[in-house]
Amino acid sequence: MKRLAAYLLMVLLAACDGLWNAPYPAKDAYSSILYTAFTERPKHLDPAQAYSENEYALLANIYAPPLQYHYLKRPYELVPLAASAMPEVTYQDSSHHALPADTPQDRIAYSIYEIHIKPGMRYQPHPAFARDGKGQPVYDHLLPEQMKGVHAPRDFRLTGTRAVTAYDYAYQIRRLADPELHSPIYGVMSEYIVGLREYSQKLQEVQKKNPDVHPDLLAYPLPGVEVVDDTTYRIVIKGKYPQFAYWLAMPFFSPMPQEAERFYNQPGMKERNLTLDWWPVGSGPYYLSENDPNRRMVLEKNPYYDSERYPSQGEAGDGKAGLLDDAGKKLPLTGRVVFTLEKETIPYWNKFLQGYYDASGISSDSFDQAVQMSVGGEAQVSDEMRRKGITLSTSVATSTMYTGFNWLDPVVGGSSERARKLRQAISIAVDFEEFISIFANGRGVAAQSPIPPGIFGYREGRAGINPVVYDWVDGEPRRKPISDAKRLLAEAGYPNGVDQQTHQPLVINLDTTASGAGDKARLDWLRKQFDKINVQLVVRSTDYNRFQDKIRRGDTQMFYYGWNADYPDPENFLFLLDSAQGKVAHGGENASNYSNPEYDMLFERMKNMDNGPERQAIIDKMLAIIRSDAPWLWGYHPKNYVLQHGWLYNVKPNVMANNKLKYWRVDPRQRALYQERWNKPVLWPLWLGGTVLLIFAFWIWRALRKRDEAR
Amino acid sequence: MIAYLVRRMLYAIPILVGVNLLTFSLFFVVNTPDDMARMQLGIKRVTVDAIRQWEHQKGYDKPLFYNRAEDGIGRITNTIFWQKSASMFWLDFGYSDDGRDISREIRTRMWPSLAIALPTFLVGLIFYISFALVMTLFRATKLDQAGVALCVVLMSVSSLFYIIGGQFVISKLWHLVPISGYAGGLNSFRFVVLPVVIGVISGIGSSSRWYRTIFLEEMGKDYVRTARAKGLSEIAVLFIHVLKNAMIPILTGVVVVIPLLFMGSLLTESFFGIPGLGSYTIDAINAQDFAIVRAMVFLGSLLYIAGLMLTDISYTVVDPRVRLS
Repeated sequence: MKRLAAYLLMVLLAACDGLWNAPYPAKDAYSSILYTAFTERPKHLDPAQAYSENEYALLANIYAPPLQYHYLKRPYELVPLAASAMPEVTYQDSSHHALPADTPQDRIAYSIYEIHIKPGMRYQPHPAFARDGKGQPVYDHLLPEQMKGVHAPRDFRLTGTRAVTAYDYAYQIRRLADPELHSPIYGVMSEYIVGLREYSQKLQEVQKKNPDVHPDLLAYPLPGVEVVDDTTYRIVIKGKYPQFAYWLAMPFFSPMPQEAERFYNQPGMKERNLTLDWWPVGSGPYYLSENDPNRRMVLEKNPYYDSERYPSQGEAGDGKAGLLDDAGKKLPLTGRVVFTLEKETIPYWNKFLQGYYDASGISSDSFDQAVQMSVGGEAQVSDEMRRKGITLSTSVATSTMYTGFNWLDPVVGGSSERARKLRQAISIAVDFEEFISIFANGRGVAAQSPIPPGIFGYREGRAGINPVVYDWVDGEPRRKPISDAKRLLAEAGYPNGVDQQTHQPLVINLDTTASGAGDKARLDWLRKQFDKINVQLVVRSTDYNRFQDKIRRGDTQMFYYGWNADYPDPENFLFLLDSAQGKVAHGGENASNYSNPEYDMLFERMKNMDNGPERQAIIDKMLAIIRSDAPWLWGYHPKNYVLQHGWLYNVKPNVMANNKLKYWRVDPRQRALYQERWNKPVLWPLWLGGTVLLIFAFWIWRALRKRDEAR
Repeated sequence: MIAYLVRRMLYAIPILVGVNLLTFSLFFVVNTPDDMARMQLGIKRVTVDAIRQWEHQKGYDKPLFYNRAEDGIGRITNTIFWQKSASMFWLDFGYSDDGRDISREIRTRMWPSLAIALPTFLVGLIFYISFALVMTLFRATKLDQAGVALCVVLMSVSSLFYIIGGQFVISKLWHLVPISGYAGGLNSFRFVVLPVVIGVISGIGSSSRWYRTIFLEEMGKDYVRTARAKGLSEIAVLFIHVLKNAMIPILTGVVVVIPLLFMGSLLTESFFGIPGLGSYTIDAINAQDFAIVRAMVFLGSLLYIAGLMLTDISYTVVDPRVRLS
């Protein structure tokens, strides 16, 4: 009994530690910790495999690829991260003779990227690097008894580190071709990196012969990757591919120490979820110290990260906004980052309001509470948020949400005048400004083409509007009247929505995965848009698998789709309409199977050009073609809204950089002060409830006693 | 009794095979190995070659039930069904499609699930029975009517409302416990309180009414009249005699769920950020991870069968007239 009482007392004391509703230990209240959340557990943490946003939120802060995006400058600019300078690019002809830098791209057979990495960069502390007195690896041949009680790398007593070398970067490129890893960019890279395809095929052959043994990646030649010395390596690319530099800013091209692979490949590791896909080994500003994706993931400052300082230059206005106050300071500015799993938006939002998350997005449910529109139509935080010291930052995402027409469909697809006018009529009728206002709380920009603002090729003002859908009126784009859509529809052979040939009403099918109660309003809205021109829209809701299957087989008429850019280059948007990317014919990313030889030809010319007036002119021509052909309803580019508390500094929206956490700084003292002010426990309900219960119990006791006495 | 239990265990084998077969068929009617591969590899830039490799590596490139290319027993064993199902009968759940050890995940996740489910179950049981006994004690009075009306009201409210309302009032307005989250050890107390309280409250309506009905039925029996005639107080009659005799129907509903407490609750765990088993299956279905789905369905069936056996055993404990043979 005494033991039980002591236990209960301990539990109560633990419960009363700090603020009652604080989800974190009281001892961390004044520590330099950034608190954030994740809504979906990452599938992969191996830099050769990870490709989604939620994976990059962690991984980009753990690994250090050669390049990164400048945190403050706009338009987005690549700058060195692990590289000591931007890569030197030289060109060669097919006989490997050097070519001058201004050689026309059709004469360039190879581009050679020579990358020098910063000397002295070191890996995070990890048992894979632990060495004994004789310099031999401590945990290279682990015995089963040494694995007892081991559940994470921190359970090994010894850790070590070592300098990052060019060999590690070259090794990681080899891993991209490892058939066991299924790297999502292997397909793209095998088209460009010399010898990567053959190298992967060789690995597959070896693996087929001996399926139980993982092939030695260094045993076979890869001519497209060459290590010059400890700090220099070269990548040989077929032809000219300037966008390759953007790939060098992704974790795919991070260094991978062979020791880490050897360490995790030992028996007993996989059974304990000790793999590179679970416990990354990086040289970036943070390392993963706690990995419980069911609850929380913790990034700890890499004690050996000493190669980077906060930028001292930014955009005009950054200095005034305080974004240069930490210029020159060693990164990262925060000691620890705690990611907590929050699957639901309501608890996430409420914890943000209580001060337990430092920043938050805004769900539709909370939008009115958080944001109000100024007279000029500008979004600003509500008075309630302002009183709490919360500020808002917005940015247009480098993504596009569109509705595609299937080019292979006999009614809405193809290059016939009839189909083109039908698509144009629908493009005018579906009012995306209204859609953004109703369903996205104004968080979006109606698209004029696939290219979002901020990307080269996007034009502001009158020159940038889609003349098929908009007129330029009073200094702004105005959607053409519905009478224009009706006229186009009649010219297409569907006067008043009736097919002249069959005398049947025109019916168009939309394939979508949307089927929930929340989606009904959107679909009803879309039907109404089609009603404006007397065209019937039939919504064919289906599950995700069937939807993807229909898209792959080209068995659709219209469908919702979206694209999130890999890198800020127009090529990464315009390739979505290149016929070589046709989904049905080639399994590519052109989901609408659009095909126009002139567009394809211009795309081929444009894709590898450097930004400049010539490239802009070609893009203008390409946009004119697709605007006229209208293979998509261009839809909209979403806007990101982020709220942050006053104790969080250096937050500037950057939709390309995923390694932002190292720049952010918190003032834990200020945070603790506000948390205490906002979260004082209200105790009277407890007293009241207890008293009511006691009275009730007493009343029952008395009633029973009376009843027994009466008997 | 041992012979009975052995017989029940042998019965369980065809049931488990049947459940496995059904799960397998339903899963592969909805998801093809191609869909699973695309879900794992992502839809962006994935190549047909990568999909084939993934299927080969994970063993999804074999026929589902019958392999004509093989000889003898290989026609059955070298199939997806056999290779993914047979090992579960010795509780080897293997790896999920993203490469994690499923047994380990289950071992880790069952404790947070239990931390919520067990107190909810125990506190709830005591509270519901007590409340039902009080209503029975004051049957046909205004207190009883008010209690029944309260039960009907509580039954009519969605459990999601309890969760959101509880988080709003207790955590957001009164700041008494964290809105969501979880911590190990003693610290788990503050995170567990609210889900347990909400879990208990949301079950009051249906459970208390059910127990009240059982008790009222018992109240009309002869032994109750005899007990009263002996001069026992109403409390003694209820809490000693009626409660004991009502145990069989109570146990029928209660014992069977005990093993299933491990499986957690989807809604509660999702809203409170509890890293339990409740959301594991749903996450796996969303991710089209067959390895996890089959393991969780198998485990659920196994625990349910265990619960039924426990129920039978419990009958012998509370009622000496019952013999298992």
